[in-house]
Amino acid sequence: MNGPDASLFDVEEMEVNFGPQHPATHGVLRVRVTLDGEKIVDAKPIIGYLHRGTEKLFETMDFPQCIPHTDRMDYIAAATNNQGFCVTMEKLLGITIPPRAAYIRMILAELQRLASHLVWFATHAIDIGAITPFFYNFRDRDEILDLFEAYCGARLTLNTVKIGGVPFELPEGWTARCRALANAFPGKIDEYETLLTDNRIWKKRTVGIGVVSPGEAVEWGLTGPPLRGSGVRWDIRKIFPYDRYDEVDFEVPTGSNGDTYDRYLVRVAEMRQSVRIIQQCLDRLPEGPIMARAPKVLRAKEGMVYGSVEAPKGELGYFVVTTEKATKPYRCRVRPPSFVNLQALPAMVRGHLVADLVAVIGTLDIVLGEIDR
Amino acid sequence: MSDENSRPPIDETPVEATAEAPATAAAKPKLSDEEKAAKIAAAKAKAAARKAAEAAADEAPKPPWEDKPVPPERSEAGDDPDVAALAQAVTGSVLAADSFAGQVTVTVPSEAIVDVCRFLKATQRFTFLVDLTAVDWPEREEGRFDVVYWMHRFDDQRRLRLRAVVGEGDAIGSVTGVWKTANWMEREVYDLFGIVFSDHPGLERILTWEGFNGHPLRKDFPVEGIDTGAAIYPDVYPPGGGPVVASEGEEQA
Repeated sequence: MNGPDASLFDVEEMEVNFGPQHPATHGVLRVRVTLDGEKIVDAKPIIGYLHRGTEKLFETMDFPQCIPHTDRMDYIAAATNNQGFCVTMEKLLGITIPPRAAYIRMILAELQRLASHLVWFATHAIDIGAITPFFYNFRDRDEILDLFEAYCGARLTLNTVKIGGVPFELPEGWTARCRALANAFPGKIDEYETLLTDNRIWKKRTVGIGVVSPGEAVEWGLTGPPLRGSGVRWDIRKIFPYDRYDEVDFEVPTGSNGDTYDRYLVRVAEMRQSVRIIQQCLDRLPEGPIMARAPKVLRAKEGMVYGSVEAPKGELGYFVVTTEKATKPYRCRVRPPSFVNLQALPAMVRGHLVADLVAVIGTLDIVLGEIDR
Repeated sequence: MSDENSRPPIDETPVEATAEAPATAAAKPKLSDEEKAAKIAAAKAKAAARKAAEAAADEAPKPPWEDKPVPPERSEAGDDPDVAALAQAVTGSVLAADSFAGQVTVTVPSEAIVDVCRFLKATQRFTFLVDLTAVDWPEREEGRFDVVYWMHRFDDQRRLRLRAVVGEGDAIGSVTGVWKTANWMEREVYDLFGIVFSDHPGLERILTWEGFNGHPLRKDFPVEGIDTGAAIYPDVYPPGGGPVVASEGEEQA
């Protein structure tokens, strides 16, 4: 046979390390990718670079001391992490929180969801090549962080939920600022959407990429937008309402194709629902105490309790085991949504191109802080 | 009955010592005579009012956040439909079942865990494994570890917890064949507790690195950590010496 050397046509698989120091991995994720040309044959996420032993540390601390450590897990959405831990502890200790505290928590949690989804929007878009949304998103996220700063003094690691309520009363003028932000926000979401939703390049990069069927999504244990993007209507706020989510009216948006584009649409729709919840909470914000009458030193009975909240990334669960009269958790397991969602990555990228790996990591919206704990 | 008659005579002798004393002494019993009845009546009325107020306060429902916390109680859950179905389908699978804070925990033998999970997924439709983790009880006699499974059913949004006791060094069957989610969760339990899952497709460490010496979430693992330098770079850091020791040695050399 005449022609070039046959070895040129040999199929040779190549292993490439993607990360851990790579801007598109959203932290210190490392993926060992097996490539056939530019096609992904297999991908193996390697995690643990940010492992700080948070669960071990929980065992040495009193219940309230654990709360600031929950901030450091999903550092993009600290308020929902605090909320998850406190909701679980309240279940274990039998504390009912006053309605005002619950409403303040919900406002903070939904603001946090907006902030988290804005970071996702910005980084997901910039990963795929659209740099413009980043500036809009971070401009608006800053306003939300300003609100957090006015409320509790911190912008990122908030530590702003207490077991039994919230630590601070809303400062003067805060509700007006929050309402102004919430009222202006749908317009801003429209603004972001004009950049991407009907953008032909965006659609080419996301439609049909990383498809997960509803059955697979359940099998992989996906939660949050990756599960809803596949068409499963499932939201912890609806099925196991915590705080006062049963009193507000909101919808759970779902996708139909389970691809990256649908997950994008789901998250954008979720932002609109979050705005609705914030507006309703501000309208109904009841008067009254912000802390339940809980004892100064919290003592638990012997038992094990799992409590979860709908964090921006999915179901964030805390599994707390206590011994009799304990002031510290005997074991506190965190079920991080990102950890479970990331597990589906190899199945989602097989057969796609390397560039799509970046899109799929972006669409899973992972935070390594809570994956590695 | 008058007070003066009942009073013993000894009391009256010191009263005569001063001039004013007899007047007060005489006035006192008189006052007590008339006023005592009134005072007693007033006190009685006060006490009654207080009691009535207390009773009213007890009856008026206090909002739960102003009352003392009511911790959840543990109760038997053997009659739970899922537990009953499980006990019937897999013989000897339910060792105990209790309910705490509305969450049902079934203790199952570790040998039967795969059968139990397969039954719960296929027949009871617990299609979603929410969480899989372990708890270390170093002092316990029946086995050191609890492996805990927490599953969800979409039909009626119900959750069920399984608890299997595993002794140190014993293996437990892997449920990766039942739920794909279990893969990383079991790897994490293996990594942090050292519990071996038999038939796991790739039981490797996940949060710590290959060659890490120890299982951090065991209770006997020190919270401050261990010296691990030697395991990653044996040629740079000699075994037994940590990074600090090695660098000091290098400086001296």
